[in-house]
Amino acid sequence: MFRYTKWTFLREILVWVFTFIILSPLFILINVSLKSTEEFMTSLGFDVVKKPSIESFATVVTTDIGPKILDGMITSFTITVISVIGLIFFGSLTAYVLVRRLSKLSTFSFYLVTGGIVMPAQLGMVPLYIGFKNVGLLGNQFGMGLIYIMMLMPLAVLLYGGFVRSIPREFEEAAYIDGASKARTFFRIIFPQLAPATGTISIMAGIITWNDFFTPIIFMAGSEHKTLPLVIYGWVGGYGTYWNIIFAVLIFAMLPICVLYLIFQRKFIQGFAGGLKG
Amino acid sequence: MTQHETLKNSKEFVSESQRGPGRKSGSSITRHRKLITYGAWWWALPAVAAVLFVHYVATLIGGFFAFTDYTGIGEFNFVGFDNFAALLQDETVYATISNTIFLAFGSMIIVNFLGLGIALALNRGLKSRYLLRTLLFLPVVLSSIAVSFTFNYIFSYSGPLNSILVAIGHEDWQRIWLADPVWSIWVILLVVVWQNIGFAMVIFLAGLATVPSELEEAAAIDGAGVFSRFFKVTLPLIQPALAISTTLSLIQGLKIFDQVIAMTNGGPMGATDTMSTVIYNKTFTFMQFGYGSSIALVFTLFILVFAGLQLWVTRDRSGVHK
Repeated sequence: MFRYTKWTFLREILVWVFTFIILSPLFILINVSLKSTEEFMTSLGFDVVKKPSIESFATVVTTDIGPKILDGMITSFTITVISVIGLIFFGSLTAYVLVRRLSKLSTFSFYLVTGGIVMPAQLGMVPLYIGFKNVGLLGNQFGMGLIYIMMLMPLAVLLYGGFVRSIPREFEEAAYIDGASKARTFFRIIFPQLAPATGTISIMAGIITWNDFFTPIIFMAGSEHKTLPLVIYGWVGGYGTYWNIIFAVLIFAMLPICVLYLIFQRKFIQGFAGGLKG
Repeated sequence: MTQHETLKNSKEFVSESQRGPGRKSGSSITRHRKLITYGAWWWALPAVAAVLFVHYVATLIGGFFAFTDYTGIGEFNFVGFDNFAALLQDETVYATISNTIFLAFGSMIIVNFLGLGIALALNRGLKSRYLLRTLLFLPVVLSSIAVSFTFNYIFSYSGPLNSILVAIGHEDWQRIWLADPVWSIWVILLVVVWQNIGFAMVIFLAGLATVPSELEEAAAIDGAGVFSRFFKVTLPLIQPALAISTTLSLIQGLKIFDQVIAMTNGGPMGATDTMSTVIYNKTFTFMQFGYGSSIALVFTLFILVFAGLQLWVTRDRSGVHK
């Protein structure tokens, strides 16, 4: 029934047209970033670049005026790694214990933890901010990592929980009979089987942390080490209407995640779709 | 997989060997099940405590601040419902709520309509569907701040949109779009929609993958047209995807923050302020922790009520997914 007819061909063409329209802002982004400041000032907004130049990229790398883009990348990378590792470690342990144990308390705790997903962060931000200020974790990369671990824990436990449920209890029984300790049973037998959930959580938490703006603008305001979104924000404030230079900054900032996405695109998309089915 | 096999075999081997005379067959496993305590309870303690603290206790304390005049420094007084009384008289709050609802419902409707449309178009028979899916999902993984600034230029006075308007002879349509009290919020809506279509598309594609093509073929053979096939066969089967996608995009829409801060900072004259940006500015720019918390409390109730309503509206009535 689903043969490739001329109507299918027409549908294919239409989706391509739509895709080009959707991606047009990215073409504009690249086009403008390749203009030299002189050409940018004299050309019209939609003019295609005549003499492609890397001047704006060079300016971003060499200038002392804007915040350092490389610093931002290192900060964002550090925070992302801390939070992903924390979420994987504590998320898997927690989901395992809460799902496997059959006591009422653990079942209740599971719903309590996963119920945190719907709770918006806004109301808790003030107490959290004051608390972090008092213990000196404000504007600190470890503090940021800790916030993300706590914030995203409900998501991690939910995703791991679904996977733990699908592992037959015979695995632990076999390990028990073979004399393996609880910790060994978990880390050597259960954890490797949670690999798909670990992948999904790394991708989702990684993207959320890397791109987040709301948390760092509160917790890293005035800090020496700023995350990438804050660095971008700072550049626009400083360079105003030199869009060719700002766009070079944006491309530097987008590049790492774009490269990762294009390499692992199937994993990214499955991660998001699979994560939602929980 | 091989690990699975070995483990299964070893388990069978052990339980087989233990089943000696005098033991009732099968009872050994049952007995062990009681003996095996899966992990130790304190493994879960740090994470449960952290979630309890961040998602519940902090929210409750924030709720308490809503009834105080706290400024973040020094003492604070309990002021009862004063903040809420001030809130009711603050006309900008009404504008903010209506902006938030406009953006949330506007983005939910457009994102899901387009996402479902593309998912349906991609689902069957397209030769380049994986490539198209990859390209259309790309905006989802990009930083919303970076995306917002890209659009900021497109809609700026000397940006591409205005130059196109001049080129087609409509100089009079030119404007600074983001400083325009009417148009600015539409630009924000566009950016939010642009970033979220791919997300909805992927959820719908996952839902559509569960629809067996035989069902659609059977309906087609029975003479059902494209539309009745969609509404009677496909749509009921992708009900869960629809519920997830609309709920997530609605909650996402209610929380819109990055795009507004990056593009307009709520301007012109509060025309694009959302509840999240007002909470942020009141609390952290003007240090009115108490008043900011009272708006945040209203906001939290908003989200919980809308998320609940949305799930109820899109609940599964078909009984297919029981």
